Amino acid sequence: MAKIKYIEHDGKEHVIDVQPGMTVMEGAVRNMIPGIDADCGGACACATCHVYVDSAWLGKIQPMQEMEKTMLDFAEGVEATSRLSCQIQVTEALDGMTVRMPKSQH
Amino acid sequence: MSDSVVIVGAGQAASQLVASLRSEGYAGGITVIGEETHIPYQRPPLSKAYLKGDIAPDRLFIKPPDFYRDAGCTLKLATRATAIDRKARSVTLSDGSRLPWTKLVLATGSRVRKLPLPGAEDPSCRYLRGIDDVDALRPRMVTGARLAIIGAGYIGLEVAAVAVKRGLKVTVIEAAPRVLARAASPQVSEFFEDEHRRAGVDLRCYVRTESIDRVGDALAINTSSGIVPADIVLIGVGILPNTELAGDAGLEVDNGIRVNAFAQTDDPDIYAIGDCANLPNSFALQGRVRLESVQNAIDQAKHAALAIVGRPRAYDEVPWFWSDQYDLKLQIAGLSAPQDQIVVRGDRASRSFAAFHLRDGTVTSVEAVNAAPEYMMGRRLIAARARVAPERLADRAIPMKDMT
Ligand SMILES: Cc1cc2nc3c(=O)[nH]c(=O)nc-3n(C[C@H](O)[C@H](O)[C@H](O)COP(=O)(O)OP(=O)(O)OC[C@H]3O[C@@H](n4cnc5c(N)ncnc54)[C@H](O)[C@@H]3O)c2cc1C
Ligand code: FES
Repeated sequence: MAKIKYIEHDGKEHVIDVQPGMTVMEGAVRNMIPGIDADCGGACACATCHVYVDSAWLGKIQPMQEMEKTMLDFAEGVEATSRLSCQIQVTEALDGMTVRMPKSQH
Repeated sequence: MSDSVVIVGAGQAASQLVASLRSEGYAGGITVIGEETHIPYQRPPLSKAYLKGDIAPDRLFIKPPDFYRDAGCTLKLATRATAIDRKARSVTLSDGSRLPWTKLVLATGSRVRKLPLPGAEDPSCRYLRGIDDVDALRPRMVTGARLAIIGAGYIGLEVAAVAVKRGLKVTVIEAAPRVLARAASPQVSEFFEDEHRRAGVDLRCYVRTESIDRVGDALAINTSSGIVPADIVLIGVGILPNTELAGDAGLEVDNGIRVNAFAQTDDPDIYAIGDCANLPNSFALQGRVRLESVQNAIDQAKHAALAIVGRPRAYDEVPWFWSDQYDLKLQIAGLSAPQDQIVVRGDRASRSFAAFHLRDGTVTSVEAVNAAPEYMMGRRLIAARARVAPERLADRAIPMKDMT
């Protein structure tokens, strides 16, 4: 298990044990954490699972594929630490990672 | 009587409606009636990752099982709604019980269209709509098996892609002159035809299926271009909206249950959402559409929730959809019409391109293959009803971000 800390836009924190192999998006959706819509269910087709990854962890997650990179380019409020959470596979190495949610997914 | 919403159908739209009703502050009772035995799940992976065997069934669930309990929602699964009594404001269930409602929401989705041909009732002729269909199909999809797919729509082509990669011998039989004839432009159809042929699929367009014969352990499909032998047949010739419950109750049905922009039927206390609804949409040439997509199920459910809690907002979004085949992601936004002008951006040979549709200069739709900028920006242009010069759209030297 890897503990992932999800911080809602208003600052509310949730620490969730996510099973390796799941995505950061699934960790939120399955635990009913608000702030990630994930309309396409993880197909990298909607960009409604946008999160900001704590910069200390950015290097530990798989790099972005072209599709994720270009989808993110057009999402709202994108920063250097932005990722689509459905494209981040959880591994034991991500134990302790923090992600923050944007103000809105639309 | 205290407030209660009864939702018929336990799929994509229903689960979003439960979530939205609660997040919008609805405090009354919520009951969801679903004829399948599963809690609401996503269908898109059924013909993609789930068919491949990449994901466990519980990863298909839209919300975890606890969600419904925590939302104070009663899920009655393996139960069918059989009739609506509008006077008594109740719905009759397959177990004989009656459930009262103050608002009723029909989220009954759609079912596969059966192929009305001699022999198509053979148990080796399969359809793909639910988890159980895939669970039954996958074990038979072994290397070397001959799979014949009747119908080159999205589902047929997605299954073809998975199967041919698994080492099956795949034949696709399509009656129309091209694949995805109903949904895609000729340019995009042609591109996918080439991709499937290159992957080893025996693709036969403009071929009529006449009958299916059983020959020992196998099947023989008689077509206008000869006999196609097969161990498994998958039929994917479209869907029919589940409108009977509404029709029997005297609600207006016309290619779907007819609703207004607030998802209300002609009975203001009965709503219809998702695949089963026929709705107004200003992006549609005729002003109305029936959509078969996750986007519509989700967005229409959100709007129905707003109407139910008394804060109605008209639903009029740009429809969007995607399909995954091989390493290709096709993303479509908007609604095109056959007479629209088509502008291709990017080189098909590079396997990243888009086809834009323009009507009197206004962007109506985009089909993007491995081309997220075109898709994402295209969606915005469609929403804004923007007019863009075709030669600018076609010029990849001009970034999509500058396309305003
Ligand atoms: C294989 C497959 C792949 C797809 N891929 C994509 C894709 O890539 N992208 C995309 O956007 N869309 C895709 N779709 C379409 C998308 O899944 C549907 O548009 C969406 O599920 C519609 O949601 P819904 O809630 O209207 O219907 P459904 O999710 O079908 O739910 C309706 C439910 O109601 C139940 N029901 C019906 N009548 C009754 C009754 N009388 N009593 C009780 N229960 C009843 C049904 O059994 C069903 O479980 C795909 C569909 C399939 C089948
Ligand atoms: S869930 Fe749709 S892009 Fe991540």
